[in-house]
Amino acid sequence: MALNPVAGSLSTLLLFCVIFSVTTHTFLTPNNLSLIVQQSVIVGALAVGETLVILTAGIDLANGAICVLGTIVAGKLVDVGYPALPCLLAAVALCTAVGAIAGLLVSRLRLPPFIVTLGLLGIVTAATRLISQGGAFPVMDDLLAWTGNSIRIGSAPLTYGTIILVGLYLVVWYMLTQTAWGTQVYALGNNPEAARLVGIPVRRRLLSIYSLAALIYGLGAWLALGRIPNADPNALQTANLDSITAVVIGGTSLFGGRGSLFGTLIGTLIVGVLRNGLTLEGIDPLWQDLVTGILVIAAVALDQLTRRRRT
Amino acid sequence: MTGTDRRTSRRGWLAYALIAALPSTLAIGLAPPAAAAGDGILVGLVTKTEVNPYFVALRRSAEAEARARGVRLIARAGKFDGDNEGQVAAIETLISAGAKGILITPNNSTGPLGAIAKARRAGIVVIALDTATDPADAVDATYATDNFQAGVKQGQYARKALGSKTPHLAMLDGTPGGTVDTFRHNGFLQGFGIKEGDPAIVGKQITNGAQDKGQTGMENLLSAHPDINVVYTINEPAAEGAYAALRAAGHEHDVVLTSIDGGCLGVKYVKRGAIGATVMQFPAKMAKAGVDAVVDYAKNGTKPAGLHDTGSATITDHPFPGLETHDTAWGLSKCWGRRSRYRQDR
Amino acid sequence: MSEPVPMLEAPVLEARGITKSYGHVAVLHGVDFEVRAGEVMAVVGDNGAGKSTLIKTLCGAVQPDAGEILLDGEPVRFATPLAARASGIETVYQDLAVAPALDIASNLFLGRELRRPGPLGRWLRMLDKPRMRAEAQRHMDELRFRLPAITNAVEALSGGQRQGVAVARAAAFARRLVIMDEPTAALGVRETGQVLDLIRSVRDRGLAIVLISHNMPNVFEVADRIHVMRLGRRVMLTSPKQSSMADIVGLMTGALPAHGHAAQPEAARP
Repeated sequence: MALNPVAGSLSTLLLFCVIFSVTTHTFLTPNNLSLIVQQSVIVGALAVGETLVILTAGIDLANGAICVLGTIVAGKLVDVGYPALPCLLAAVALCTAVGAIAGLLVSRLRLPPFIVTLGLLGIVTAATRLISQGGAFPVMDDLLAWTGNSIRIGSAPLTYGTIILVGLYLVVWYMLTQTAWGTQVYALGNNPEAARLVGIPVRRRLLSIYSLAALIYGLGAWLALGRIPNADPNALQTANLDSITAVVIGGTSLFGGRGSLFGTLIGTLIVGVLRNGLTLEGIDPLWQDLVTGILVIAAVALDQLTRRRRT
Repeated sequence: MTGTDRRTSRRGWLAYALIAALPSTLAIGLAPPAAAAGDGILVGLVTKTEVNPYFVALRRSAEAEARARGVRLIARAGKFDGDNEGQVAAIETLISAGAKGILITPNNSTGPLGAIAKARRAGIVVIALDTATDPADAVDATYATDNFQAGVKQGQYARKALGSKTPHLAMLDGTPGGTVDTFRHNGFLQGFGIKEGDPAIVGKQITNGAQDKGQTGMENLLSAHPDINVVYTINEPAAEGAYAALRAAGHEHDVVLTSIDGGCLGVKYVKRGAIGATVMQFPAKMAKAGVDAVVDYAKNGTKPAGLHDTGSATITDHPFPGLETHDTAWGLSKCWGRRSRYRQDR
Repeated sequence: MSEPVPMLEAPVLEARGITKSYGHVAVLHGVDFEVRAGEVMAVVGDNGAGKSTLIKTLCGAVQPDAGEILLDGEPVRFATPLAARASGIETVYQDLAVAPALDIASNLFLGRELRRPGPLGRWLRMLDKPRMRAEAQRHMDELRFRLPAITNAVEALSGGQRQGVAVARAAAFARRLVIMDEPTAALGVRETGQVLDLIRSVRDRGLAIVLISHNMPNVFEVADRIHVMRLGRRVMLTSPKQSSMADIVGLMTGALPAHGHAAQPEAARP
């Protein structure tokens, strides 16, 4: 798969890192770098699932809401008194089920993914508010907040959540690039008609993509609880767009069939580095939105330009 | 891939990288230089959002005081009311930047607690502004309006203004889960003289302190209960929205509309007669006190402590005996926010 | 080299009395069809003659209302295109069915990817990319098909090269028969020549080829026999040696009356 869109985002990331290291003296410290990664954990996890969906030329607007649903369900069940592990698993299973519904609607009824996930966004948000009765509540359980614990690498802390995120990237990278399933996902996004004609079970693949993505969002809920041990129905309201931004800046095409998980990782880091660096500089956060917006347009434009050269 | 394609994609990503680097280098180049960091003291301020003019006013007062004291202030906010993740990230980065003190208006009162504890462990003094955390001693000190008392004053005025009529009360609340919301709401009920669940309360709506939701909330309540004659609002943007709904329904003269905040725009509504009375807060006092406390801590290690009430005052042009109030002229001299001229009377 | 001499053996694929209607519209009226191993059978006819529908019944995309299909003499029923594929019938579609962003080897093995042997392949489901690349290269070489590196993305290839990839894919997996639907439709002269060479290579390996084409010169260049259709019937089974282009066009349009349905096995032998 083409490396070039990733090369563009990688060079952008390095450029920002260089700029911030030169203009501040705290950016390049191990503590700060570890901080950037920790701050990117939630959106980073959501972006993995989002990458899968976007590779099939779909889009998932409900990822943040599903993640929040996971935190609320896990937190509530533990509150009621069940042991933590089954609660966590139940929450992740519920998230996966929501994704499966999206997958069924997209694959069987052939509804547009934008509309399906937009509708699910509303439904899941409402369900979350109903379950939590509008209020946020702290989650005290050790297992649920476990991903927030950290080990020390030299002087910098490394949370278990970060390690799990890295592991998640590796596993999904492997699935996408080293298995037949992955090749077929790319083919499906690149030319769905061709995929059907060569015998790829398109509907089954789509269902598996949306379900797997939602499972990842459920995992993201566990990571979120580790970062902020608070189950809040109002949380992560802009996470869907943030994750899509990370995916697009990383070079994955919204038209499907092109992109890589490594690119998504770079995109996530770019957003995190920008936010952190501009704060260290004391620069108005509006610049962050401005630069991010420009990057998104530049990424999509680059995708279009290179696509046109190819035909 | 042919040679042309390779050249194009190389040019492509080089252009991409340059486009991306341009705004950031501009930003860093044009941004105001680290304000006269005479002694290099860094104060951090984390507000709820940049959308609510109240927090904008708070930030401006803090910036002014920081300039006056010769220290550097970095201000950050969440993206939306309730954005815990944004506040936590801001606190963490401010720790990384070497702030001596962090002033925060905490969102949902338990959300940022973990990050606040981290900051305090790092020797940073953390002061809550405007809203207490839960528990209140999670921070070193709190400079806030006693929101409960402010609610009480609002309720007392509403009851007096209603006179002897049977109350049909509508309550337009803010964002559930925050102490500000709860205290003002309960304070109002106490000042009004009823308890939660009283049949006089005909309806409640959640507005998140926003004008648009205040309007739709009021509209919905009015269609369900056209006999509403007194309204509690969480803040002035919500009240402005409620007023628009009342006027559209032709009820603006027979409903007592009260609010809290004391922004200059809000005082103007009172002067115009749109809002019956508003209870003013003094965010400038909070911000100034907060910045000063951090500077004192940085200079001689004295940590502030406890809850400091920065006070509240009822502003109205229709006073009633037995209630301490100030008129709108006084209000306009003490209000916070922009004294803008472009909002004409509607 | 000497031409392979097909003997009077049973056809690889034979269809008898295929009838198909869509609602009240009868598309095929009892059509017979046959093709032998190692020959190129061209199917020609004007628009609406029923070529596509006939081909779709042969590759399992459509079920006939009446008639039977025999594979190596045995009656068969292809419920889906995958069933036909499982019986060794591969199709090269008019729009190629390739994923342009993927490389040649991936496209060749699309849907039939090779896994590594042992636990890597079984438990971790790991793809055997080196083997797929080597095999893809081997298939291309066997067909005497010149391509830039096998790791190129298909979209970097010219139209004729892409067509070649689709043909090579079908040839690599077909055990009995390859159906080609207008393979040279969008190609220029040189690329058409490449694809026709490819068709000949596939035929010379002993496979049967069914070629749908509007392009008479191409048909006359590469076909061994020609199945002419008009209005849902086979009006003639002939060969380039027996009939001229003008004859065939006349049969297609109805200007010339049909000479009868029966195949002429003696005359069909080259």
